[in-house]
Amino acid sequence: MLLSHPENAGQSARQRLRGTDLRQLSRQGLWDMNPALVQLLGLCPLLAVSNTFATSLGLGLTTLAVLILSNLSLSLVRGLLDEETRLPVQILTIASFVTLADLSLQYWFFDLHQRIGLFVALIVTNCTLLGRAEAFATRQPVLRAMLDGVMMGLGFLLVLLLMGAIRELIGSGSLFAKLHLLTGLPDITLRVTDSGFLLLLLPPGAFLTLGCLIAAKNYIDNFFAHSPSENSPSEKQEATA
Amino acid sequence: MTSAMTSTNMMRWTLLALVPGLVLLAWYFGTGILLNIVTASVAALVAEALMLRLRGKSITVLRDTLMDGSALLTGVLLGLALPPLLPFWMVMLAAVFALVFGKHLYGGLGHNLFNPAMVGFAVLILSFPLAMSQWPPPSQITPPLSTVEVIKAKWHTRDARADYDGVTRATPLDAWKFRQDASTTSDEFFTDPVQAANWQPWLHINLAFLVGGLCLLYLGVIPWQTPLSMLLVLGGLALLFQDGGSASSLGAPAFHLMSGATMLAAFFIITDPVTCPTLPTGLLLFGAGVAGITFIIRSIGAYPEGIAFGVLLMNACSPLIDYLLAPKNNMGEQP
Repeated sequence: MLLSHPENAGQSARQRLRGTDLRQLSRQGLWDMNPALVQLLGLCPLLAVSNTFATSLGLGLTTLAVLILSNLSLSLVRGLLDEETRLPVQILTIASFVTLADLSLQYWFFDLHQRIGLFVALIVTNCTLLGRAEAFATRQPVLRAMLDGVMMGLGFLLVLLLMGAIRELIGSGSLFAKLHLLTGLPDITLRVTDSGFLLLLLPPGAFLTLGCLIAAKNYIDNFFAHSPSENSPSEKQEATA
Repeated sequence: MTSAMTSTNMMRWTLLALVPGLVLLAWYFGTGILLNIVTASVAALVAEALMLRLRGKSITVLRDTLMDGSALLTGVLLGLALPPLLPFWMVMLAAVFALVFGKHLYGGLGHNLFNPAMVGFAVLILSFPLAMSQWPPPSQITPPLSTVEVIKAKWHTRDARADYDGVTRATPLDAWKFRQDASTTSDEFFTDPVQAANWQPWLHINLAFLVGGLCLLYLGVIPWQTPLSMLLVLGGLALLFQDGGSASSLGAPAFHLMSGATMLAAFFIITDPVTCPTLPTGLLLFGAGVAGITFIIRSIGAYPEGIAFGVLLMNACSPLIDYLLAPKNNMGEQP
């Protein structure tokens, strides 16, 4: 599987959670192995829901909750699983938590559910969840599995929020519209213009935004990978020309 | 002659052959067209230079690439396709999108999957459908705005441009598509003096592009397969659905061939060698596909003109067409 994790190889299942683990898992989830920017998992909800900040926040939080719960429970039963049953059990567990999340959203946040309902059900097919279950949760102790769920979910949520903010700001010229439906706080919609660059709200805009974000991440990685004093080939060319 | 043509020479001839159509378009629709072409070309050249620098190319490469005329041609084609009162910033946005997202992110000239000018056009028509539909009436109906007024209109943002709504009117494709009276037969529609006067400039403009295109064909700059198959299929489809000019007619062949961007597209846009299939039979299929999609969008789509989408969709199909038509060996495998 593409998701093989450097952490799982030969690790003792009884290992206790340490400070270095925390740092390592956060770095993996938020940056180095970010589900949206590096593993490119869960693109369906990422691209479809990120046209406003509010829907991004709603779906990101739901995914985070489901990911933590599924990682937790799959890590708990990891001793009982064998090769034949693990995949059905993983899918069933994830599907149960998604159903739970779906019903909770309908009960507490009905307006939000009206807008992202379709994609909440699709969290089941979000490969981030199955990927973490298969590659990490079913092979690691409970605390580490939960922490991995928190960090991977946060990594996904942050990218989703960033995309939602960019697309809403440029695409419809506002920010935080309808956020009060989700938080119950007063309406804090920022309105910059009446109508924006519509392309960013449409599906091509989702791909363009994600592509630019991935490019930006790679640029930052490259920037820190090379020391600034080093001359890049292009600078040498310029000097000779 | 074809073998002796360098890509720079081809670009120069193409630009020259655009001149008759360009002059007529500016004659009928005012200086806004010329301003569009200048703005789009300058923006395209600047975007090309910036992208080449970002990609770490040397100054020599940069100069040679700017001089090869491909970015200029993209800018000119884009400028010819945009309505004359469109704000400057939208024209620049389209040109920058065309060069950055349509060309250089794919690796520059020769590697782009989509026709850059059509990428820029599609970005605008998807994002600003209202502004993109605002064409002023042709000059023989209402005298065109003075250059100062055109610049003022183009300088405004979209909100302030509501003042200029009064000076725009439906293009023939628009008027035909959204005709109010369902009982008007197509003959009645086109013999109506107002509609006839509205269509006449487009007829002349398309004829001018046709003349330019025929010159390119004569010089061997463009292949004959693409324009021929596009025009034949578009005319054929129109003939098939003309329905004897009844009220439910989808428009006469002459109307479809001589309105909107038909001739510009047939000879100057879909003949771009980079984004076409490589085999001659593939070119026939490519032109036919563009015509088919254009006719469908013009007839039942949401937009009055569908050539940009037809070109982009067929660009996406080009590798597939090449794959399907590539010669196979005895085992049915492709080399």
